[in-house]
Amino acid sequence: MAENININIPMEKFRFVQENEKIKDRKFDDKPIGYFKDAWIRFRKNRASVVAAIIIIIIILYSILTPMFITTHDNSFMVTQYQRKPARVTALRDTIGILDGGVDRTVTEPELIRLAAMGIGAANYDGNQATAQDGYDDYHTPLISVSEPTVVLNAKKKEVNQYSVRVDTYLEVGFLYDYIPQSELQKILDFEEESGLKVLYPLVEDNNYNPDPTDANNWYKAKKVGNPVYINEKGKAKTLEYSLDMVLEDNYKRDENGNLKYYEYSAGGDINTAQFKIRVLYYNYYQYKYGFEPNYIMGTESQGYDMALRIAGGIQISLLIAIFVCVINFILGAAYGAVEGYYGGTLDLVLERISDILNGVPFIIVASLFKMHLSNQVGEIPSLLFAYVLTGWIGTAYRVRTQFYRFKNQEYVMAARTLGARDSRIIWKHIFPNTLGTIITSSALAIPSTIMSESMLSYLGIVNLSGVDGTSLGTLLADAESRWIQFPHLMLYPAIIISLLMICFNLFGNGLRDAFNPSLRGVED
Amino acid sequence: MKMAKYILKRFLLMFFVLFVIVSVAFMLVRMLERPLPDGNAAQQEIVKLRWAELGYFEHPLVQYGIYLKNIFTKWDFGTSWTIKYMEPAWDLLVGRLLPTVLVNIYSLIFSIPAGIALGIYAAIKKNRWQDTLISTAVMIFVSVPSYVYAFLVQFIFYFKLGWLPLTIYSVADAGGSYFTWPMFYSMIAPILALSFGTIAGLARFTRAELTETLTSDYMLLARTKGLTRSQATPRHALKNAMVPILPMIISSFIGILGGSFVIEKIFSIPGVGSLYVNSIAQRDYDVFMIDTIFYTLIGLLANILVDISYGFIDPRIRMGEK
Repeated sequence: MAENININIPMEKFRFVQENEKIKDRKFDDKPIGYFKDAWIRFRKNRASVVAAIIIIIIILYSILTPMFITTHDNSFMVTQYQRKPARVTALRDTIGILDGGVDRTVTEPELIRLAAMGIGAANYDGNQATAQDGYDDYHTPLISVSEPTVVLNAKKKEVNQYSVRVDTYLEVGFLYDYIPQSELQKILDFEEESGLKVLYPLVEDNNYNPDPTDANNWYKAKKVGNPVYINEKGKAKTLEYSLDMVLEDNYKRDENGNLKYYEYSAGGDINTAQFKIRVLYYNYYQYKYGFEPNYIMGTESQGYDMALRIAGGIQISLLIAIFVCVINFILGAAYGAVEGYYGGTLDLVLERISDILNGVPFIIVASLFKMHLSNQVGEIPSLLFAYVLTGWIGTAYRVRTQFYRFKNQEYVMAARTLGARDSRIIWKHIFPNTLGTIITSSALAIPSTIMSESMLSYLGIVNLSGVDGTSLGTLLADAESRWIQFPHLMLYPAIIISLLMICFNLFGNGLRDAFNPSLRGVED
Repeated sequence: MKMAKYILKRFLLMFFVLFVIVSVAFMLVRMLERPLPDGNAAQQEIVKLRWAELGYFEHPLVQYGIYLKNIFTKWDFGTSWTIKYMEPAWDLLVGRLLPTVLVNIYSLIFSIPAGIALGIYAAIKKNRWQDTLISTAVMIFVSVPSYVYAFLVQFIFYFKLGWLPLTIYSVADAGGSYFTWPMFYSMIAPILALSFGTIAGLARFTRAELTETLTSDYMLLARTKGLTRSQATPRHALKNAMVPILPMIISSFIGILGGSFVIEKIFSIPGVGSLYVNSIAQRDYDVFMIDTIFYTLIGLLANILVDISYGFIDPRIRMGEK
């Protein structure tokens, strides 16, 4: 091979790199690439990790920005009448028909009449004989769409009509009774005049034709709920047949002159304390009470809070807990591991036994014990944090210890010691920077595992971080339990957010590990 | 001989750690006030007298002495007062073991071969689309919490398809035993929910180990000797890759005793996990204590078994040598 090399380079092509200048102390033309810059360059090349980091940032931005964009109400705004409702944005519902707060249902004829009656009742408040068709045309009908009937056999083998309908669950609340002082009554009347919305509706007679007097939706004469009747000339009750022309016979309370009664005295002594019973159309009453229409971009959760805001708060709480735990573990683990690894010998042995013992306790038991002992005195979140801090640093300490064993006998440490550096200086200035990459990686990977265990503990009910101003994602899931089959959105949004957080933080952590420790690339994935 | 000494040392250490943990946990638990079980005043008075008899109002240290004495002389871990009135805590725990173990064993029987097979396939097809697909799926399945799978399984198989029940049957519904077909059928949903995570974890681990052994020198030698790829892979690469995988499987078999708290809650499996959660919710402290001992012991045992099994599986690793 060697004899084949026969390259002729003419003399004039050669030139001196330097002739009269000294280059030995010249500065580099470009900036030196340090450990962290090197890691950053490698991290940037890892596409999955970068995408994961971006998604994490988006989730964090969501949790910060949502409370700013939703200006009408905040995290602690709760409406018990609107629990577990699906997403509804009124503007979009009325224009293009999405986010309509609706659910698809199959209903029997009595159920359909009950729903239709809410719309008819809203249109028919002063006996103007509205038909079922008028009810459907009214804005306040809960029925968004009704299919043609299909005939099915019921449990008693009788042929009955069945309808597939889409129900607006917000309007499905329909009418409610409320008790207010007299001053409030005037305010409602003023609001009605100002906005043109009808809030007060006539009270209903409590007689034979009212099957359930506690339910304000039974405004028409009926034998059973959804079984309307009309009174014929002989004073006998006949069942009404359902059709679009159906006119329900109202059962409103009237005074001696035949005028409708909108309120009546209920309890209380003088003019200030007297309580009056009124019957309201809740959708409009809501607007009177809070000043805006119900808009929930993710629906409401199981207690009636706005899901979008509760999730935003949940992300914040979960992330804050995770980051706090991460930082504390970083500090404790680094200090403990450094002392163990640097001094070694008996001290190391004793400290190792201590961390062995702490490591032996399953975390769920630590968390339960802390909860039972401390949560009444210092609160749920601090007691959970204590539990994390008690055992969470052991992994970090173990890694730091290994790194210290690796580096403490190297020449540069020896040199520093010979030059008279104190132990603390050798530990923090000379050895510790070498362990930084490992620690950062393990701390980053501690975030998803903290989020995971926090959500599991809340899910199991061992900790309960739910309060008026916020809740954790795990608690949202725990609240959804057993009901989410009927209300999938209760589970869907928190589960998606938690899964995204877990996947992204894991990818992000793996990216960090590969960036700081290229030799470990691909060991675990 | 060195091995025996090493094992003995590890076990002694384990019992020391267990003793410390149990002592601290006991003190902490006995410092709490016990709620009286439901019942009228007379019944509660009887319970109080019984507690006084059992020494529940003594100093915690004295109580601890009584507790240890009862365990060593009578194998008595205390009594359940609220979960199941007057039932010995030990009996309660043992009665809950079977469902937990069954669900987890079924899940392992299904997921170990599946996980290893997926891992091997991904390793053989390294850097091709099959590998990318499996690795991405594995990454997602490892990260997503198990309750999300449980919800998904319930949603798809119960709500959409209607194939599986929402929760597992009670023993009476399933024909009086845990070993009947209806019971197995109702356990399919939790088994599936448990398996996703295990399969993903195992596949990831197997792929990582196998890709490493596939590129090793002895594989090159095997190929130069004239073995085909399909001959050399199971004989040389797979065998060596199994060295770290087997201990992992062994430890997961210990883990099945502990079960999964979340899966047991979602599918209402009457297992040890739900017993633990109930014991906290209802403040049944003796049951909580035996659960603490149980879970701590399982965790410690799993650690030791993993370490020891390395020595048995791989003759190159000598235990207890410096």
